[in-house]
Amino acid sequence: MMRAFFALLGRDLKLAMRRRFDLLQPLYFALLVCLLTTLAIGPEPALLGRLAAAVTWIAVLLALLLALDGLFRPDAEDGSLELMLTAPAPLPVLVFAKVLAFWLVVMLPLIVCAPLFASMLHLPGTQWLPLLLTLLLATPCLAWLGAICAALTVQARRGGALLALLLLPLTVPVLIAAIGTVDAALQGLPMRSPLLLLGAGAIAACSIGPFACAVALRLGLR
Amino acid sequence: MKLPLWFHRLGSPPTFYRFAGRLMPWLYVLAAGLTLWGLYGGLVLAPPDYQQSDAFRIIYVHVPAAWMSMAGYGLMAVCAFIALVWRMKLAETMVLTAAPIGAAFTLMTLVTGSIWGRPMWGTWWDWDPRLTSELVLFFLYLGVIALAQAFEDRRAGARAACFLALVGIVNVPIVHFAVKWWNSLHQGSTIRVFSESTIHSSMKWPLLVLAIAAYLYFIASWMARTRVALLEQHAGTDWVQALTQGDRHG
Amino acid sequence: MAEWFAMGGYGGYVWGAYLASFIVLAWDIVAPWRKRRELRRRRPARPSRRSEHTPT
Repeated sequence: MMRAFFALLGRDLKLAMRRRFDLLQPLYFALLVCLLTTLAIGPEPALLGRLAAAVTWIAVLLALLLALDGLFRPDAEDGSLELMLTAPAPLPVLVFAKVLAFWLVVMLPLIVCAPLFASMLHLPGTQWLPLLLTLLLATPCLAWLGAICAALTVQARRGGALLALLLLPLTVPVLIAAIGTVDAALQGLPMRSPLLLLGAGAIAACSIGPFACAVALRLGLR
Repeated sequence: MKLPLWFHRLGSPPTFYRFAGRLMPWLYVLAAGLTLWGLYGGLVLAPPDYQQSDAFRIIYVHVPAAWMSMAGYGLMAVCAFIALVWRMKLAETMVLTAAPIGAAFTLMTLVTGSIWGRPMWGTWWDWDPRLTSELVLFFLYLGVIALAQAFEDRRAGARAACFLALVGIVNVPIVHFAVKWWNSLHQGSTIRVFSESTIHSSMKWPLLVLAIAAYLYFIASWMARTRVALLEQHAGTDWVQALTQGDRHG
Repeated sequence: MAEWFAMGGYGGYVWGAYLASFIVLAWDIVAPWRKRRELRRRRPARPSRRSEHTPT
């Protein structure tokens, strides 16, 4: 079981490393969102600084959405998804490996670069750490929600727009909790309880997510 | 867990078709009667509110619709659970037919809430926590409808939509509390339209009557839509053929 | 009676809200009914089971 897990994880990472330019795609997309927002709002530092955390978060969400279509669809197209479904190893374990690889390849670079983008938007220094913490704690939950939606739409005729309609309403609580934490830090309020909530969400997502995602994959593939 | 036998019998399309056909007219009549009674109580008998004068009367369509939009999602999720656990085909169909009705009630809530907001808040739209979570609910309904239609294979689409409905029902209360908390962070933007304790009983009973009417109407409309969906799915089978022949002769 | 229709100056809002709801409900009633009529019209012409994708 663990061998299957590591084999799949290694395969996905190797595939990602083969196409290095694709690794940059979520990053430059998020940066583009920041650029366009700045152009739309104007370069005034005070206003930008107040919106910086929110804009960064939206950019991360959109970048995640764009990358999600590549989570299961290539596997469905070349048939390896069907192999996974019929493999002797339990499907939730395999799904966990895939989503972990996705998190490492797509989310981790975003988490690393997001504070950088945010400081380009004049994010106040005190919000740096809270932003990073919320990104770290919220992305597992987002990745699992995204994986479930991607699994449901993998056999659908049109992917992108449908995925947005399914995923974005589900991410509302995560977004609210994350931005709330950053705002609380700005006002000097304790941010412990929203951070704990985000952590709880991450743990819940990591424990329920694999099973839900496995069920969703089996439903879509008939 | 085992389902009782009568439940399985009801799950057979012809039986359900006949059962719903017999029950539906009663539900429609009852819902219409209760609606008239409740509207009479709300629009004529109830005294004007001391703060909002007659504008508060929008409550009699806004609040029942809001309750029904949430209860409808619950009913749909129960159906989705039955469909996925016991693999009942009828339940799958009923999830898909409940979604448009629920979306209609959600739309009603949004539109009437917006119209109510104009005299009360002075703006057509305010990011009031309840309106905001209602908007999210609207998107959840739309997601179920869109997902079901995105598949070549109708049953695969239906089952995916069932699963999404279940994911959504977990999310609905979380969204509700999250939006409430979000609103408390950004104090000062909302005015409370109605605090529950200030409702006088002469204002309240029409509300309850109309809520029951909305519930009955939902079920009647649900049955009507499910009947049509069954006709479509089973076109060409013997019982549908027999039915249409009978229709043409009688 | 005219006073009742005026709704204390809020008549436009109150009746507008009721009208909007009525329109939504009317759609909800008419949509399955129309679908049913369409099905009924389609069926006699095409008795075979699997002929869904014929463009018209």
